[in-house]
Amino acid sequence: MKILVALKQVPDTESRIKVAADGRSLDPADVKWITSPYDEYALEEAIRIKEGKGAEVVALSVGSDAAKDVLKNALALGADSAVLLKGDGQGDAYQVAQMIAAYAKDKGFDLILCGNKGLGGDNAAMGPMLAELLGVAQANVVVKLELGDGTFKAEREIEVGSEIVEGALPAVITAQKGLNEPRYASLKGIMAAKKKTIEELEAAPATAGAQVSVLALPPERPAGRRMEGEPAAQALALLQALKDEAKVF
Amino acid sequence: MILVFCELKDGQLRKPSAEALSEGRRLADASGKQLGALFAGASCAGSAEAAKFGADAILTAEGPTLASYSSDAYAAVIADAVKAKGATVLLAAATAVGKDVAPRAAARLAAGYASDVTGLSMVDGKLQALRPVYAGKAFATTSFASAVQVATTRPNVFPVAEKAGAGTAETLAAPAGDFKSVVKEILAKAGGKVDLSEANVIVSGGRGMKDGANFKILEELADAIGGVVGASRAAVDAGWGLPHSMQVGQTGKVVSPTLYIACGISGAIQHVAGMSGSKFIVAINKDPEAPIFKLANYGIVGDLFEVVPELTKAAKALGIGSN
Ligand SMILES: Cc1cc2nc3c(=O)[nH]c(=O)nc-3n(C[C@H](O)[C@H](O)[C@H](O)COP(=O)(O)OP(=O)(O)OC[C@H]3O[C@@H](n4cnc5c(N)ncnc54)[C@H](O)[C@@H]3O)c2cc1C
Ligand SMILES: Cc1cc2nc3c(=O)[nH]c(=O)nc-3n(C[C@H](O)[C@H](O)[C@H](O)COP(=O)(O)OP(=O)(O)OC[C@H]3O[C@@H](n4cnc5c(N)ncnc54)[C@H](O)[C@@H]3O)c2cc1C
Repeated sequence: MKILVALKQVPDTESRIKVAADGRSLDPADVKWITSPYDEYALEEAIRIKEGKGAEVVALSVGSDAAKDVLKNALALGADSAVLLKGDGQGDAYQVAQMIAAYAKDKGFDLILCGNKGLGGDNAAMGPMLAELLGVAQANVVVKLELGDGTFKAEREIEVGSEIVEGALPAVITAQKGLNEPRYASLKGIMAAKKKTIEELEAAPATAGAQVSVLALPPERPAGRRMEGEPAAQALALLQALKDEAKVF
Repeated sequence: MILVFCELKDGQLRKPSAEALSEGRRLADASGKQLGALFAGASCAGSAEAAKFGADAILTAEGPTLASYSSDAYAAVIADAVKAKGATVLLAAATAVGKDVAPRAAARLAAGYASDVTGLSMVDGKLQALRPVYAGKAFATTSFASAVQVATTRPNVFPVAEKAGAGTAETLAAPAGDFKSVVKEILAKAGGKVDLSEANVIVSGGRGMKDGANFKILEELADAIGGVVGASRAAVDAGWGLPHSMQVGQTGKVVSPTLYIACGISGAIQHVAGMSGSKFIVAINKDPEAPIFKLANYGIVGDLFEVVPELTKAAKALGIGSN
């Protein structure tokens, strides 16, 4: 079995967000970059399948040289090899999907694991777009995955509870928190990863469908009001304000 | 044409779909376009309701092969409808199905896609979308290069507006079957009565609740004011038996209720990522320095175990929730 894991490098949530001079992208100064947390669940699942029934795991990222950190980490955690698809500019999920599809198309992957959304960009789009471009099955926001003989059974989160999706392999599965508990890299893994190289390829040409034209900070929320007095008085004052000022009720 | 993929539940138009249709009507009026509503399923009985929200045409793909949701089958039906009608804008609500099918349909149409948007407009005949990014710390305006433009609308953000449309019915062929994946079973979970992302009022509890059993006082308040109970990740992960479907935040649900009451929640950025789009935020916390107060329209510094029951009592006294 051959598994591809798509990993994205994203700004850590704690990072202060500043808009760059172009007014449409993130100012990278002071940003701490991490692997998107959902992609960690995707990678962990791939490694568990490898440990269970045996599999070859390829980690892939589309990005600049900086994204190599994500791939080094994936190698340390147990990926067999890593591929960086290099390109310039900040494309959209459709563009990334075309690039990964062009790479993956003739390589015989049985399973492609992604995060359900890239932290920060939050489009939750790349996985299903890739599935469509490759003409394969998909299951999104997956919290449990079982593989059969050429088939999969996935439990995916929906509004109230979950649903069971069954389909044929190859498939694109996007991971959600709960799928597993990602491990930390061991010293042995980190040492072994040092001997592995990251394959660097030019990304296939692809056109973007959408682009960010303006990135702006949200308006400040107006200063709030505190309710004074004993709990009973506070409670009454709050509900009255919600009723009369906010007109919530 | 602006085409809106709509969902029915028990033969009724889902509210997030009514919101997407209402927004579609507004955009259609602004750009001189027709509005189409698209339905798919074993039965589309109830689809006529789309005319109430301004649909000029109601397209239905009906057949036994569509009885259970299939990502690839539904994406094909939607993309075929877009092509058949020459639609340039495709909308769906950002529900579990909408978020699953819209990007797949977009790729099939070689179209750009904006997910979970909170604002839409038509600029020079093309869609433009506004969406929160980086945990709500920034807003991105998305413009499209593609001929077809696809977006999903965040539930509870776009107002429902009734406006009569012609609602001319048109049937589409259902696919033959043999799909790549299909939903076999739906597992409802305890605690998930109403979906948080559709709730108008949410009462949320955090680590300050101290125990799962104490969520009873939040349930009582929620019942009194017509709300639903949510939780922080600290509460969900504490082993109190709260399902993940209750979790609000970056790794939980993103919600936009009219009123969000945070009880014993400190206001960590990952929690805020899920609720900063709420219209009114109330914080109840014993720590006057808790970051949640920076966000709150109204705050109560105090012990939630004293304040929450008083709120329930006061709600009953004022007759809130009884109308
Ligand atoms: C040539 C090029 C280089 C880019 N370089 C960077 C970069 O260095 N850093 C950055 O933050 N953005 C980069 N981008 C932009 C970014 O990848 C896209 O905008 C993104 O795919 C959409 O963002 P999202 O997180 O909302 O995606 P979503 O659709 O939410 O992502 C879902 C999942 O798709 C996979 N995925 C998404 N993007 C990538 C990717 N770039 N590589 C591998 N897997 C991915 C992940 O598994 C992710 O969890 C680049 C785009 C292009 C075209
Ligand atoms: C990658 C990542 C993803 C995350 N995703 C999420 C997410 O989706 N959702 C989420 O919520 N968190 C998420 N977190 C966790 C987040 O960082 C915080 O740890 C979490 O939100 C804290 O929950 P809390 O506010 O309930 O607990 P705490 O921060 O411990 O706050 C408890 C509060 O209760 C108050 N309190 C205590 N007793 C009382 C009382 N009797 N009366 C009144 N007030 C009282 C305290 O003053 C305190 O402010 C994530 C973290 C990471 C790293």
